[in-house]
Amino acid sequence: MTLMQKFLGAAASLAMMAGAAAAEPALIFDLGGKFDKSFNEAAFTGAKRWADETGGKFLEIELQSEAQREQALRRFAESGANPVITTGFAFADPVNNVAGDYPDTKFVNIDGWLPEVPANVQLIGFQEHQGSYLVGMMAAMASKSGTVGFIGGMDIPLIRHFGCGFAQGVKAVNPDATVIANMTGTTPTAWNDPVKGSELTKAQIAQGADVVYAAAGGTGVGVLQTAADEGILSIGVDSNQNYLHSGKVLTSMLKRVDVAVYDSMKAGAGMETGGFTILGLAEEGVGYALDEHNAPLVSDEMKSKVDAAREAIISGDIEVVAYYANDSCPVLDF
Amino acid sequence: MDVMPKWAEVILVPLISLILAAILSALVILAIGEDPVAAVNLMVTGALGSTYGWGYTLYYATNFMFTGLAVAVAFHAGLFNIGGEGQAMLGGLGVALICLFIPWPHWSIALIAAVMASAVFGAAWAALPAYLQAKRGSHIVITTIMFNFIAAAVLNYMLVNVLRPPRSMDPSTARFPEAVHLPSLHDMLTPLGISFSKSAPANISLVIAIVACVLVWLLIWRTPLGLEIRSFGKSGRAARYAGIGSVRITMIAMLISGALAGAMAINNVMGEAERLVLNAVEGAGFIGIAVALMGRSHPFGVFLAAILFGFLYQGGAELALWTDIPRELIVVIQALVILFTGALDNMVRMPLERLFLAARKTGA
Repeated sequence: MTLMQKFLGAAASLAMMAGAAAAEPALIFDLGGKFDKSFNEAAFTGAKRWADETGGKFLEIELQSEAQREQALRRFAESGANPVITTGFAFADPVNNVAGDYPDTKFVNIDGWLPEVPANVQLIGFQEHQGSYLVGMMAAMASKSGTVGFIGGMDIPLIRHFGCGFAQGVKAVNPDATVIANMTGTTPTAWNDPVKGSELTKAQIAQGADVVYAAAGGTGVGVLQTAADEGILSIGVDSNQNYLHSGKVLTSMLKRVDVAVYDSMKAGAGMETGGFTILGLAEEGVGYALDEHNAPLVSDEMKSKVDAAREAIISGDIEVVAYYANDSCPVLDF
Repeated sequence: MDVMPKWAEVILVPLISLILAAILSALVILAIGEDPVAAVNLMVTGALGSTYGWGYTLYYATNFMFTGLAVAVAFHAGLFNIGGEGQAMLGGLGVALICLFIPWPHWSIALIAAVMASAVFGAAWAALPAYLQAKRGSHIVITTIMFNFIAAAVLNYMLVNVLRPPRSMDPSTARFPEAVHLPSLHDMLTPLGISFSKSAPANISLVIAIVACVLVWLLIWRTPLGLEIRSFGKSGRAARYAGIGSVRITMIAMLISGALAGAMAINNVMGEAERLVLNAVEGAGFIGIAVALMGRSHPFGVFLAAILFGFLYQGGAELALWTDIPRELIVVIQALVILFTGALDNMVRMPLERLFLAARKTGA
């Protein structure tokens, strides 16, 4: 009996804890983990910026298991958190499933896609192929051998989408250039396998590549490291990774997940939902990084050409084909 | 003659191991500046204090029962099947194909078909390593672990290139049709007047897992085949001398083992996710090894150990939700339990045996 009372007491205090948390935003990180130096970390950076600026607090959880997706969504929604922000396409389906049960809670998913978006869900997507196109152009201009490399994480459509945009950018500058594309693996560990990333980089160097683009989460750390050790250039992804090897990282393809998270938290419970937000070059949702670490590597000519292409993509004069359009890439076979 | 009475063997040894693991975990939690009493309280209330918590605990436990039984059956034949992960992945593929492409009139018929499909796919994935072990002596540990990677690649290919709905970003199948949705414990218990949390994923697969425990017990201890499997496991040479075919027993034990691991898919794929995702198994195949070790390869022990691991998973999730304890430390706590109950078994057993021997001597 006393044991039962203890349970009930603890349950009640848990409920009170939950009540006090009302109207705080919640952020759910995907299985990659909060500090992946890339995608999830960018989301955390955005949330932290919001918290620092407003003095507000946010709830967060790093998932350990697939079954926790719905569980975390429901627990946060029931505790009154609003909006509930999720990172990663794998959340689109669970959000779709849960949203109807909590009509007063706003849900945000980054990278996901749904055939029909519920009224209280907002999906935020990025035009990764456009940003990848720009860094592809820079890779082709920086390359002396005419061969550049692409190293993806797990072999899924999203990563092919990165690689396809990159290859189109390379070919736009140098139609004769060779693009070598490799994927790290077919299991989720491919997101966090720097050793394999390093081996693939060496293999690509052996085939003549002198600029490599890593779109591989934590695996990219190994790619950038090996490229720096072997004296070739590399390109980072998602977050600005130029600082990792100053003067040896040509640029980074920025995917401003932090901005998406920051804006959602700032809009709070009143944010607009029920549709897609697509962040491309025009919205500065994607782009390339230029800072003191890579300034010596980027010539004025390079910069003016890339900026011109950027304008042309925004105005529609250049069309970068998305891999999703017909699940294939016009210039690259995977 | 047994040194210890049965109750000490079955209850005392695991209990002391658990207490040791709990003490070490408490020290770990203290070291990062959190309150261990509050953490344990949160884990217990979160996992066992409500039907919601029980629903998740039992959901995880169902997974571990299947994979634990799979490892246990192979253990009895002296085989170390660490391919439960890959066999469960393929089982998931079998379930997904059955659910997506055949219009089932009712979930009960679909469930029977799904159990068979997942078992056949799982068993097929175990067949090749079993054959290589039986005929060529290729070590089963090496081949089954290799097959885990091949299974991951097969699943990736199927999901990315074949089964993914067009335009979807997520490498997963479409949702299964409404007709094949399995009843959850909520649906099953409400007619009986018992209210059970609606959002918890535990479902009718739990019943099937318990039935599987009973069937495995019958198989191993109540049939001639079970006797053959056990004799082969205890001593392959003696078994051969007694006329038990090593190829036959290796194949049969591994096929049963693979089928059990594959059958896990009815819980996680058909019961919970209602679609097949790449990461569907997420380590349950490996947890099954710990469950079988802790349960001493006995179906009832596997049942209890599976519930304990279910508790650790769900309790860990609650810790991650409501405290600042990072998830890596939750894995540390889970690992400590595995270490003490599985690997460091003799550390507790030896002194206990000595104690009982001493007690017996003074008594005699």
